[in-house]
This record gives sequence, structure tokens and C-alpha cells, in this order.
Amino acid sequence: MSFPWAKEYKPSHPFMQWMDDRLPLPRLVYNSVGGGYPVPRNLNYFWNFGFLAALCLVLQIVTGIVMAMHYAANTQVAFDTVEQTVRDVNWGWMMRYAHANGASAFFVVIYVHIFRGFFYGSYKAPREMVWLLGVVIFLLMMATAFMGYVLPWGQMSFWGAKVITGLFGAIPFVGEPLQQWLLGGFAPDNAALNRFFSLHYLLPFVIVGVVILHIWALHIPGSSNPTGVEVKSESDTVPFYPYYVAKDGWAIGVFAILFCTALFFFPNALGHPDNYIPANPMSTPAHIVPEWYFWPFYAILRAFTQDFFIIPAKLMGVLAMFGAILVWFFLPWLDRSPVRSGSYRPLYRKFFFFGLIPAMAVLFYCGGAPAEEPYVMLSQIAALYYFAHFLIVIPIVSAIEKPDPLPFSITESVLGEDEAAKLAPAPSATVA
Amino acid sequence: MAEADGVRRRDFINIAAVSAAGVAGVGIVVPLVSQMSASADVLAASSTEVDISSIQPGQAIKAIFRKQPVFVRNLTPHEIAEANKVDVASLRDPQTLEERTKEGKENWLITMGVCTHLGCVPLGAGEGEPKGEFGGYFCPCHGSSYDTAARIRKGPAPKNLEVPEYAFTTDTVVKIG
Repeated sequence: MSFPWAKEYKPSHPFMQWMDDRLPLPRLVYNSVGGGYPVPRNLNYFWNFGFLAALCLVLQIVTGIVMAMHYAANTQVAFDTVEQTVRDVNWGWMMRYAHANGASAFFVVIYVHIFRGFFYGSYKAPREMVWLLGVVIFLLMMATAFMGYVLPWGQMSFWGAKVITGLFGAIPFVGEPLQQWLLGGFAPDNAALNRFFSLHYLLPFVIVGVVILHIWALHIPGSSNPTGVEVKSESDTVPFYPYYVAKDGWAIGVFAILFCTALFFFPNALGHPDNYIPANPMSTPAHIVPEWYFWPFYAILRAFTQDFFIIPAKLMGVLAMFGAILVWFFLPWLDRSPVRSGSYRPLYRKFFFFGLIPAMAVLFYCGGAPAEEPYVMLSQIAALYYFAHFLIVIPIVSAIEKPDPLPFSITESVLGEDEAAKLAPAPSATVA
Repeated sequence: MAEADGVRRRDFINIAAVSAAGVAGVGIVVPLVSQMSASADVLAASSTEVDISSIQPGQAIKAIFRKQPVFVRNLTPHEIAEANKVDVASLRDPQTLEERTKEGKENWLITMGVCTHLGCVPLGAGEGEPKGEFGGYFCPCHGSSYDTAARIRKGPAPKNLEVPEYAFTTDTVVKIG
């Protein structure tokens, strides 16, 4: 499961030895995030984002538990209890804004983490399971964030809940009963608010569970690295502790500076003013937008304005929106290139930087813009490229591309030479 | 031992036990799923009576039905003529005004105030609100326009505004639901 040169856990204290024989939890920690986990020595800063994501999850759980102590999930008082938390509860303002901005921070981090995976081919064998579990975590995060945004029961909360549960109404035949079942009524009301609160409290712990599986699956082949060349020898790795613990600590510092800047100086910058108006089922805000982290997918939803043969535009939009994420599940098998890293894939790299990234940026922008021209047409073009990128571009590129020569090893890519390369037979240097 | 015929006592016990556990499992899942559906009090509040005596031709009111808005609109003869002028076959959700109103009460257009796209409340019922280019309702969320029979004419909504079940209990009172 680990490399043969991984250091073994050898407790010196008699109590730790006694413990190791009965419940080897310290051994598990040592082998997971301690000196017993050898990690490629050449990781760049993009590899800090997995750790930062875990940090965000902890931040959200801690601040969320505090919020739940002051919140009441009842449509009569929910809005007021949130305001009361902010205004009257000691440090309540900080907890509330840390939780709201923490959700945004979590998504910033996770988007970088996911796009790191896209560029460096982290999804490829033997790490498909790590990738699949990651996509599951992302879906759980989206569900959790959506339900959390409903809880303050402001105008955006209410209409967001109505629009998103309305998506299920687009499903043929079972749509309407399904929507009523999800809401426990005909429109979002007390029943819906209560179950959203219950699930919003539950899902983060489900995420913790899947994160554990994600890390477990990761630690079987070990971490990937920017060259995409697998670890060959001890000189390719350094122990997680102290090297990456220190580097992740540095990342916490940078993250904390940015997070605190948002929290203390721009706590509402990413929120929407309409959510400071209590929910009113009789009046829709003029411009409904979801939270920024859903914008690309919301843009895809709205990009479908014409019926597609027998499929109505609305259902098509819903299918496309979910499809935009579900397509990630197939990525390890759509990309057939044996070379992992975008650094050695000149053609893939071009499509990544000049195709996927701009398309995603356009979708981001259009998802937050009103549903009018030119934004609708721009989202249509960007959505078209988005799907083409995964379903057409990646399979074709991986078939026709001539990758750049790979370094013999991680050591060679770092030091410029590797003693082992001189002794090894030459052909292996060109194979992934 | 009856092993000659291939069926042992153990096999029977095994199948019986697993079957019983399966039935019990379904029995546990049914209440867990069903409790999420609309509760009795929500369903009990699912009809509403509206007094329409004060609505003048050309006016509309918003009533509340199942915690959602209902538009009750008194159509003018001009609006009725507009609605009847349309070639029904050309509509996305083909329906005539007669099919969407009660016989002899064609001027009373009663529909849900819930856009069939994603559930926003369209504008056009309140005084001075924009009615869209077809003179009915206009949804500000994604630009769906409805005509004077509240039929979808333009924009992403797939269906006409839903006509709830209703009946005139008297000439001036409508029971919705």
C-alpha cells in the first residue's frame, strides 16, 4: 500500500506501544499524514488545495454547529433568528459571516483542486477511484450549500429553493409528485425548511465520510505530481511530515489572510442584498441568481431555450446542468492518453487554457447575469464548447497528440539528472 | 436427511429468513419515504374561497392557494377577442380560452401565478405591472410572456399558466381547490 522505503511507526513511549497493540490509531495517523507517508518531492502549490479543502470542511462544521445553536428552523422565526445571531449573540456576526464566506472559500478551493486535477490528469489510472469519490464530494457539497442558503429564509433563499426544486418538476410523469415529496407541500414552506435544516446538518458528516474514502483511495497509489511520472525510488519522495505539513501550514497562512480580508472587510460582497428581505411567496425578486459557485451550471440550465426534438427546453436544461457534472465521472475513460500531466501534452494544454478555461469563465459570468441577450447566446456557445471539450476534444486529442518527452523520474525533473537514469535501459524514459 | 431431492431444511430457513428481512426492510422504508410527503395539515389548507365581486373588467387580484399565488382576472371583451383571435394550432401548449375558463364565465380567467418554467411569480396581475408583449403576464425571471388567456407565447416556459380546479359557489364567490 505504501512505498517500501516508507518509515515504519515505532512508538518509543510504553503507553504508545501499549496503545499500538490495542488500537493502532496513532499508527494510522503516522502513515496517513505523518513521517510514514512518502510524497513526491516536486509538488507545486496547486497540491496545497486538497489540504485547504479539508480545512474549509472543518471550518464549516465548527461554525455551522455554532450557527445551529442559535437558529430555529421555522418559517415564522428563521429569518429573525439569523439576524438575532448577527446582532445580539456574542461573536454571532463573526460566526455567521465565517460560515457564509466559508462556503464561498470552500468552493474557491475546490474549483482550484478540481481544475488542478483536469490539468495534471490526476483522474487517470490508477487514481480513478480518487477522482470518482471527489466528484461525489463535489455533488454533496453543492446539495449542502444549496440547502444552507435556504435556511435564512430570505427572498433569495425562498426563490432559490423554489427554482431548484422546480427543476425536479421538469422530469416527465413523476416530476410534480417528486417535487411535492421533496418539499412536503406545494411550495417551499415550514416542512421544506425543517428537512433542509436536518439534511444541511447531516450532509457535512457524510462528506467527512467520503473524504476519508477519498484519502484512503489516494494513499494506495500515493499522491500524483506535476510531471505525472510515477514515483520510482526513495529519492523521488519526501515524508509528508515535516515537509508537506510545513508547506500546508504556509498555505493556511495565505488562506487565512485572504479569508479574513473577506470576512472582516467584505462580508457581504458575495451575498445578495435581496436575501436581507424576509421570504415572500407572493413576490419574486426581479433578478434571481444562485450563489456565485453555481453560476456556471445555472448558465448551462438557462442556455436551453428551444425544445430539442421531443424533449422540452426546460427538461433539456435540467439534464444538461446535471450532465455537466456527471460527465466528469467518465473523464478517466474519455481521456485515453497515457501521459498524465498537461505539462507534457502540448495539444491538450492548448485546449485546456484556450478552450475549457475561457468557456468556464464565460459560463461563470453569464450565470450571474440577467437572462437576456447577449448572455443567453454566450452561454449557449460556452456550454456547447464545455460538452464538446469532454466528449469530443479530449478523446480526439488523446488519440492524435504527440506528447513531449517525459523526464526519466521525478528526481531528474527536480535535479536535472538522476543517477538511476544512466543505469536504466533507455526506452523506459519515453513511456509514461 | 432429505438431501436426495436437493432441498435441505436449512435452505428453507435461509430463504424464509431473508424473505422476512426483505419484507421488513420494505416495511421500514415505506414510512420513511412517505413521511416526506405533504402532511395532513398542509393538505387540509389546500382549498381557498375568493370573493370576486369587486374585481372590475381589466383588473386582476392575487389570491393565495396552497401557499402560492393565484391570479383571478376579469377579462375585458377586448382581451377575450384577443385571446380568441389566436390560431390555437400555432401555440406551444394548444388550448382555447373556453377550455381554460368555465362555461358562461369566459371573462373570469383563474390561473396559478406560478410560471411554468421555474416557478417565479409572473407580473401583470397588480396595478401598473408590465403585462408583456401579449398583454397577459410577464415573468421577470427568464422573460416568459403569456397572453390574455395566460397561454405561453414566448420565452422558456413549456406550458400555459396552470388552471387550478375551481368552481363558482355563487356568482361572486369562487372556491379554488
